[in-house]
Amino acid sequence: MTLQLASSANLALVLLPEIVLSVAAMVVLLASVRIQKAEADATDRARSLGGLALAGLLAAAVANGWLHWVSPEGEPGMITLDAFGLFANWVFLLGAALTILVSFPYVARQGLQPGEFYALILLATVGMMIMAGTTNLILLFLALETMSIAAYVLTAFHRGERKSAEAGIKYFILGAFSSAFLLYGIALVWGGAGTVDLREIAATVEAGAGFNGLVLAGMGLLGVGFAFKVGAAPFHMWTPDVYEGAPSPSTAFMAAAVKAASFAAFLRVFTEAFSSLYESWYPVVWWMAALTMVVANLIALTQSNVKRMLAYSSLAHGGYLLVGVASANEIATASILFYLLVYTIMTLGAFGVLMIVSEHGESRFQVEDYAGFGASQPLLGVLFTIFLLSLAGFPGTGGFMGKIFLLQGAAESHLWTLAVILALTTVVSYYYYLRVAWYVWMRPAPAGALAAWAPVSVTAVLMGCAGVLIFLGIFPSGLLNGALTAAHGLWLRGLDAGLSGLVR
Amino acid sequence: MTEFHPLLPGLIPLLPLLGFLGNGMLALVAGVRGAAELRAGAGAGKEKLGELAPPPWMRGLPSWIGPGAIGAAFLLTLMNFVGMARSGLEAPAIVRYWDWISTGGIRIEAALQLDQLSMIMMLVITGVGLLIHVFSVGYMREDPGYARYFAYLNLFVFFMLVLVMGASFPLMFVGWEGVGLCSYLLIGFWFEDREKADAGKKAFIVNRIGDFGFLVAIFLLFTSLGAVDYAGVFGAAPELLAYGGSTATAITLFLLIGAAGKSAQIPLYVWLPDAMAGPTPVSALIHAATMVTAGVYLVVRASVLFALAPAGSATVAAIGAATALFAATIALQQYDIKKVLAYSTVSQLGFMFMGVGAGAYVAGVFHLVTHAFFKGLLFLGAGAVIHSMHHALHATHKDWDAQDMRNMGGLRHKMPVTWVTMGIATLAIAGIWPFAGFFSKDEIVWYAGAARTGGYGALFTALWGVALVAAVLTAIYMTRLMVMTFYGSNRTGEREAEHLHEAPLVMTIPLSILAVLSLFGGWLNVPASLQESVFGGFGLLPMSDWLERWLEPVTELAQEIHLSHAGGYATASPLGGGAVLWAGIATGVALVTVGLTFRSVSKRGIRPASESGAPVGVVRGLLYHKWYVDELYDRVFVRPLLGASRIAWRWVDQILIDGSVNAVGSVFKALGWFGSLFQTGQVTTYAFVLTLGALAVLGALLL
Repeated sequence: MTLQLASSANLALVLLPEIVLSVAAMVVLLASVRIQKAEADATDRARSLGGLALAGLLAAAVANGWLHWVSPEGEPGMITLDAFGLFANWVFLLGAALTILVSFPYVARQGLQPGEFYALILLATVGMMIMAGTTNLILLFLALETMSIAAYVLTAFHRGERKSAEAGIKYFILGAFSSAFLLYGIALVWGGAGTVDLREIAATVEAGAGFNGLVLAGMGLLGVGFAFKVGAAPFHMWTPDVYEGAPSPSTAFMAAAVKAASFAAFLRVFTEAFSSLYESWYPVVWWMAALTMVVANLIALTQSNVKRMLAYSSLAHGGYLLVGVASANEIATASILFYLLVYTIMTLGAFGVLMIVSEHGESRFQVEDYAGFGASQPLLGVLFTIFLLSLAGFPGTGGFMGKIFLLQGAAESHLWTLAVILALTTVVSYYYYLRVAWYVWMRPAPAGALAAWAPVSVTAVLMGCAGVLIFLGIFPSGLLNGALTAAHGLWLRGLDAGLSGLVR
Repeated sequence: MTEFHPLLPGLIPLLPLLGFLGNGMLALVAGVRGAAELRAGAGAGKEKLGELAPPPWMRGLPSWIGPGAIGAAFLLTLMNFVGMARSGLEAPAIVRYWDWISTGGIRIEAALQLDQLSMIMMLVITGVGLLIHVFSVGYMREDPGYARYFAYLNLFVFFMLVLVMGASFPLMFVGWEGVGLCSYLLIGFWFEDREKADAGKKAFIVNRIGDFGFLVAIFLLFTSLGAVDYAGVFGAAPELLAYGGSTATAITLFLLIGAAGKSAQIPLYVWLPDAMAGPTPVSALIHAATMVTAGVYLVVRASVLFALAPAGSATVAAIGAATALFAATIALQQYDIKKVLAYSTVSQLGFMFMGVGAGAYVAGVFHLVTHAFFKGLLFLGAGAVIHSMHHALHATHKDWDAQDMRNMGGLRHKMPVTWVTMGIATLAIAGIWPFAGFFSKDEIVWYAGAARTGGYGALFTALWGVALVAAVLTAIYMTRLMVMTFYGSNRTGEREAEHLHEAPLVMTIPLSILAVLSLFGGWLNVPASLQESVFGGFGLLPMSDWLERWLEPVTELAQEIHLSHAGGYATASPLGGGAVLWAGIATGVALVTVGLTFRSVSKRGIRPASESGAPVGVVRGLLYHKWYVDELYDRVFVRPLLGASRIAWRWVDQILIDGSVNAVGSVFKALGWFGSLFQTGQVTTYAFVLTLGALAVLGALLL
């Protein structure tokens, strides 16, 4: 069906997934009050509220799926309806759903308030979806803050734990700091170009009508803001501390969905508004990508704490994705989308197993604690190995295909050095991923070690994740074509806006 | 001549994959049971542990599924082989399944390619693979991880078949990585031993370096030719790549890095000797017969590219020759029976590289096939010996090394079948007529001497000399191995010697079949020059030059390029004399060497390992310690990398936090920012770095 964007009622339809999810978040909060009164035990509470949150995500997914069939007509306002945004929404919804699914036992066992926890996840997801869909810098800022504030709270959610509180405050202060950069960047761009709409900025820059210096400076500060959010070196230093201190489900959610949303917004802004300034910004992104890949992979080598290792690994993947940003062509954009989806699945899978080994708490993160895991839990051991292999980029897994597509994007733009750094740092990454797998399979369990346990539902979800990863390793075309369509739309819009742009 | 219709080619790799799934399920079930019983037994005390013996089907099923899957794949391969042989296939038969990677610029299909080369490889993989699977039934019988073992082994065969059957470089890469993974799993199979698990890791990491080269080569192909499937690449290469041009050379050199990693060539050979930590049948299958020859397969497969890059080809040959000699010297001074065979494998792979580097692709493949026979046999024989030694030492609880040849001796009386079959293999590898190795090695050495590729004539003459020396060394270390193991008096100990026994039938039958193949395998390709002489039975041999003709459709194009640019091969060796004369000299020298070594080693008073010290003398010590290459790599590569990692961590994430907190903090205080508000230091430091980074970004954009 076609949707007249001129009518405001129809604009609400464009925002349907966001609206559904916001309502769901409120329902979860309300229900939690009732359930609290009913004095059900912690597991039941977590289950029923989590189920409610999942139902909300499912409804939002249906709405998102429906939007695929809708063709918009007329000038969009601050929110646009395009394949890029919809694809990104799938990643966020999946990230949120998997987070909730694998963290049931954790939430119950740690006595976290499930109502607030799940509602925050849903609200953060709303922020992400708007981030990916908006074409207006002010709305982008609001959406980013919606997501970030929820993330700060999720980080500090373990109120009783010193580490969690410390991580929360750290994240909050530095996040506020980086938001200031972002906001200042928006102000400068507005000052230079006279508009905060991405396509109007693009047109102004292309026409050479604005104050170029201001726009450049604003673009730089915007870049800094995004670099902070995606954890690009040298703006990454908060990540390991925050990721380690936050409750594991929050870490998983941040490493996957928050990062994905930041990349989506990064891509949209720099593709739609600034692609004619590519020659100016690409060296900066180039260096950030190279630095991130090298630093994150090198440091991950020395980590013996698996949670911290996964934090650095998530930084390293951010570095790979930055290669795609620096490549700035359709294939690269598609490969980022593809990679984000795969990355979300494998990261959440790995964190799901991490939570099982750490007995749904904040202990047993050392690599030695994984000794004998394969013998006591062979199935989970196999799944964990698949996640690790996929993270390392082993052929036959989605992680491999993602890296291949990123490399292909880099090759299209002739970024050879970056491609080589990507391939070489991947070699290094095998070491620290396999080290964990090695403990899982090749070290006997120490005497007196408790057997880790996982509910059937979590195991089933993890099996599904591993299955999808292998499927995408063998049949990546379907998903990739979807990503290509999305990327094509984004680039086309960049060109439509009066850009001669970079036809690569 | 009928048209060739591949018969269910997809089923050939699929069968081992199904075997993997079946055995994998069994292994998982066994694992779950074991874990449950351990948990139950932990409370009940030790008497429960005796009841942990798995039910009989846990043994029976893998014994049938594992070898059965490979056997079925072998039969199917044979049927396809017959079909192909009847049809006189010219262009490769490509069977397409689905679109694998398709993006704007490129489309790669999941497709299998059946041609003469992949067929030979498939026959070796499934044929020798089947024998080794059967052998494993006996060898691994008592291992608690029996099902897991067959699961890994089947998975390995699956990936190996993907490697050789894939119709494009990326698909070959999938198999390439997959066999690496299985190799890692199987080397670390007995992981209770930390050293063994480390060996697996080392193999995987070193292989990754090679794989990186392979991957870069694929991307170079993609950007220079716009294709990565074989048909596309070899169709476009002669037109788009200049002969001897930098692109062709770069591609071949990166391919060489990949090939050197997988086939254990200098400088990436270090993982293979350590890989001997795995079960011996694994060493036979993966580290002798199949996986390690993948590099040779790669060069032959990409022969068109290598023919276009004479510098790349010469590098391949030079590395091969250097490896052949270098590894052979190390093999002279090893006491571990498997280590000798490991270095021997490295050395023989060097021979194959020399052959394919000299443009003698058929000779390389020929040696690959015969080597699979005799080296597979040698490893299985060594496995039977170790099996027996292990039992004997175990019976009396003697903690001697079951693999140290100084603890063996005189085993020919105890293990006659093993002795005879290994003897045949030794004569074959030493290059004595009429055994298989004679023909294949002779062909390689001959072509190395006769090659004149693109102005590298002098180099090839030198390589020819190296090859002759390495061939003599081969005869020496193999004879030494045979004498120390099977001759003289037994040194295992009196009580232990009673427990030494011949291997069961399930192990000796594969040995015997491989012995027959080591004896007659050379007939596959008796070169025309030898055919009419005494070496070819005065023309009586039925299959002379068969492999040459069989592989012609695959190597034709490369040979054409080679002939038109480099002008083919000399008809006389660098020192004069024709092929027949030099074949005579070679086998004569080998015989004399074997005889002399036999006498000198027999006379040497060998003492058991516990009574002998480290070798005396500089040269012996150097060889015994493998030229200290592991130590060198550790200093030059491993430690600096880990050091850099630690420095990166300390500097970027620690010193900046701890060390410079005060300095940076005071800067912030001076600025009146929130340095005074938050005493934590870390946050201020992070914010400081953030600001610096932002300034750097702005500077880069605005200046």
